[in-house]
Formats: sequence, structure tokens, C-alpha cells
Amino acid sequence: MAELRKVFYQTIAELMKKDDRVVYLDADLAGALGTAELFREFPRQAFDLGIMEANMIGVGAGMSIKGKIPFVHTFGPFASRRVADQTFLAGCYNDANLKIIGSDPGITAETNGGTHMPFEDMGIYCAYPNITIMDVAEPYLLREVIRQMASSWGVQYIRFQRKEGEAYYGGDEKIQIGRGNIVREGNDITVIACGIEVAWALKAAEKLAEENIQARVVDMFTIKPLDAELVLRCARETGAVVTAENHNIHGGLGSAVAEVLAENCPVPFKRVGVKDRFGEVGSKAFLADKFEISEKYIEKAVRDVLKRKTGK
Amino acid sequence: MEFDKKQADRLAAQIRKNILRAISAEGKGHIGGSLSIADVFAVLYGGVMNVDPRDPGKKDRDYIVMSKGHCGPAMYAALAARDFFPEETLDTLNKGNTILPSHTDRLKTPGVDVSTGSLGQGASLAAGVAFADKIDGKKSYTYLILGDGELDEGQVWEAALFAAHRKLTNLITIVDANGKQLDGTTDSVCSLGSIEDKFCSFGYHAISVENGNDTAQIYEAVCQAKEEREKPSVLVLHTVKGAGIDYYAGMENCHSTTVKKEDIPEFYKELDEKLAHKEV
Repeated sequence: MAELRKVFYQTIAELMKKDDRVVYLDADLAGALGTAELFREFPRQAFDLGIMEANMIGVGAGMSIKGKIPFVHTFGPFASRRVADQTFLAGCYNDANLKIIGSDPGITAETNGGTHMPFEDMGIYCAYPNITIMDVAEPYLLREVIRQMASSWGVQYIRFQRKEGEAYYGGDEKIQIGRGNIVREGNDITVIACGIEVAWALKAAEKLAEENIQARVVDMFTIKPLDAELVLRCARETGAVVTAENHNIHGGLGSAVAEVLAENCPVPFKRVGVKDRFGEVGSKAFLADKFEISEKYIEKAVRDVLKRKTGK
Repeated sequence: MEFDKKQADRLAAQIRKNILRAISAEGKGHIGGSLSIADVFAVLYGGVMNVDPRDPGKKDRDYIVMSKGHCGPAMYAALAARDFFPEETLDTLNKGNTILPSHTDRLKTPGVDVSTGSLGQGASLAAGVAFADKIDGKKSYTYLILGDGELDEGQVWEAALFAAHRKLTNLITIVDANGKQLDGTTDSVCSLGSIEDKFCSFGYHAISVENGNDTAQIYEAVCQAKEEREKPSVLVLHTVKGAGIDYYAGMENCHSTTVKKEDIPEFYKELDEKLAHKEV
């Protein structure tokens, strides 16, 4: 367990120290992400722009055209739906080199409630050409991904929660943006998950193993471009797929995997995700059950799909 | 640099000819707002800006961010007049596979550094470009071209707050205040009041250019803006939509309208006569 905001702060500070082209912009939420210290440490690289997200995206994109490597942060809803047009034009259409951080995705917004609880952010951006979309909730993964974002070109959107992220990597795995990782082997079914759902999928798999159901678990932290090759390999090898995401079932990971399966390898399949609802206030645990995306719903989906696979 | 008004007016006339030529290729386009900024393009590309047609990616060049991106034809007209690409390319405006799309696109056109088209966004992009230069201690300027109708967009004012707060003296904003937008006059659609006062209250050095279609007045205002050491400057050019061609200038609204090929010789003649008159 580690607070992801601390991991982010350490990683971005290390990158800024190493390369003065790396800059950090915030829209008055540095205090929330724990990055306010950057303004003092790196006065020529870290800037608070105030509560103007649209301007922040444009300024970041403009700076990147001049060779800077801007990481820009606000809460997930404002880093996506509020700036949808800015990310499209100033970012993707301009072929800018812009790293957009949307913190507290989906139910991790907890008591901030429905207005601040993006179940749609990945869906909005999935239809944009020239963008990479990532959902991360693991400390080692976050560090590796942030480093790779700094060293690769393009508009990249990453969502992660500020609070603790459960560790499920050992610390020496190969991480590559655009490639999913098998984090648990199994041959009966594959659970493809992203963000906070990966740790829950692993727990569900442990439980299922007690009944001799061997579920493979994939950490598909890059939703776009989707690792279609891995999706198809898992579908062919296990014959059944469940997706799990802290996002609307429309437009996110489940939709992306369904597209690949439907066109290439239709196998019994089910999506675990928020069923076209708005968010609301509550603890993460409460919301996970309320929106039916907790461990037990992954387990249930696996059983449902296995019935279809085996006909029993 | 020494300002040569005759030369600037000649370039402005050539830019207007190029605009007419380009838009006549498809027969219709954003003629009004393109003609109204021909003179400022003549001043900027006539020697004020540090750009090189032989090396469009020249290091430390000045940037233009054409935030009113639909007037891309004016920028293309200027770029062609300065040999960034052959004038014949203007005939491909808005045709399939062209390098000259309706709205300026940095990935397609030599000499275009920032893609625009969704109004208001160029303001932040330009502020970002200028901010990066300021951090790096570069001497280059960024020229941001806004329409007056575009000032309806809230993002313009977010960017203005930012630019003033960061003291972006290397950002020179130019407002084409022709008083008209697509649906009518700016006063009838959503009155702007005094543009100069608004920018002043946002912390800008506002320079009102009484005749925004006079190259000498524009040049003088750019020089003033460059002398400013504390604030970003804005030039409010009071222009005529469709300026230079009486037919368009006299229309109730020439925002986007037809330009017929058969009318081109007559329009060119009008421009030549006006130029000769100026030179007299």
C-alpha cells in the first residue's frame, strides 16, 4: 500500500530535477494532489494556473509546441469532460506533447459525489484519435508509467486516485504503455481489469480458485491503444472473458474489449462496470457495492460467463 | 527596422488578391474577416516578424497564432506572398488533400505553427507558447490574432488573466474589431462594450488603433507594444469587415459568402486603383 499522490510527487520531482523541460501545471488542486511543494522547489517548472482548466490545457499544449513536457493536473471530471474540446484541438489535433492527469476517477472521488465522480472520462477520450488513455491504481505501475509518459510523445490521459493503491507488482516487472500484463495465470476464464479493479479481480480469482476455478487476471492499464493481441490470446486460450472497470460500462475498457472480441473471437463475455448511472457520495467500499463493481460482482460475473462457456 | 508604408500597402494589396484567389477556388468562404486583417498581416510578414520562408522551422522565429482560425485564407495569402509555398497552391484551398484547410493546421501548412479553429483556444495556446519562451529567456514574440466576435468565448478571458499575471510582454494580442460576427453586429448579438477597457481591467496594455486597416497605424502600435516592459499588450484594430473590396465592405454581413471567379479581375482592378491612389 502506498498513497499514490506521494508516488506521483516523488516521480514528477525526480523527472523535473533530471530534465528542465518537464513542467507541472495545476488548476488550484495542487494542495489536493500533494504537489504544492513543487511550486517552491521548481519555480521555473511548476505553476499554479488557477481555476481555469480550459486555459491550462491550452497553455500546456502551447508550451509543448515549444519543447516543454507539461504534466497538467486537475480532478478527473475537469481533466476530461470540462476540457473535452481543448484536449481535442489544443492537444490531439495539434499533435501536442501533453500529459493530462485526472485524479480520483470514478468511485474514488468518494464524498465529493456525483459532480466529481467521472464514470465517463475514458469514454469521452476513447473517440479521439492520437490519444493514450490509462487507468492506474498500483504504486509501482504508476511510477513506471509516469516515467514513460515523460519520455514518449503525445497526448496521454492518466487517471489515478490520490489515496492508497494496493501493490500487486513485485517491482521488477516490465511495464510498457500500450501493453497489458498478466498478473495471475489461469486457463478457465480471463478477467481483464484496469485501475482499482485489478486488485479486486485478483481477490475474486483467489476465492474462485478455492472452487478450482482458475481465472487469469490481466492488468489492462492502457485502455487506448488497447492491447488487442493480448485480449485475443487470452480469449483463445481461456475461452471466456470478463472485464472490470471503475467506469461506465459504455465507452471504457469493457466496450473496447467487446469491440475486439466481437470482430475477431466472440467468446462468452460480460462487463463489470457502472451501468449508465451518475455517481453519488459515499465511501469507496459503499460505492463499489452500490454500483456493483466490487470483488463479489466480479466473482458473480465469472460464474455467469463460465456457465455460458461450459453450458452447465 | 525602417517602415516603408508603400511597400506594406503593396503587400496588403497582394494579400487581398491572394485571399480572393484562394476563396474563389471553391467559390465560397470566410472572405469578410480575412480581408479585414490583410493589413496587419502585411505589417507582420512585411518585416516585423522574424520568419524565413526558406526555413519555416527556423529556430527562435516569431509565432502567429491565428485564433480566429476560419480566417486561415488570410494567413495563407500572406505566406504565399512571402514565398512559403507557390501562389498556385492557393487554388487548392479546401479541396481534398490540400495543404490549405479552412482553419489553420500546423501539421499541414509550412509557416503555420499552431492549429486552431475552435474559437478562444488560440488564446491559451499562444499564452503557452509565449510562456515557454519567457521561461527560457527567448527574445521571440508570439502574435495572437483574435476576432471581436471571438471575445464572446470565456477562454479568451481565462488566458488574459493568465498572460497578465505572468507578465507575458512577449505576447502581442491583436483583436480584429470589425464589429460583425456571423449572426450580425457584435453589438446586436452580445455587446462587448469597450474592448480596450476590458483588456485594461484584465491587466493589459491596450492600444487602440483607430484605423485598423492602415498599415502605418498598425506598425506604430506594434512598436508601442514591443516597448512595454510590464504587461502583455493588445492592439485593438478597428477594422472594416471586407475591407479593401467595396462590394464586400458594403454588404450587411460578409462573414462567409461567395467569391465568383468571374469577379476576380474587377476586384484586382479595384485593389490596383486604390493602391495607386494611396501612392499618389
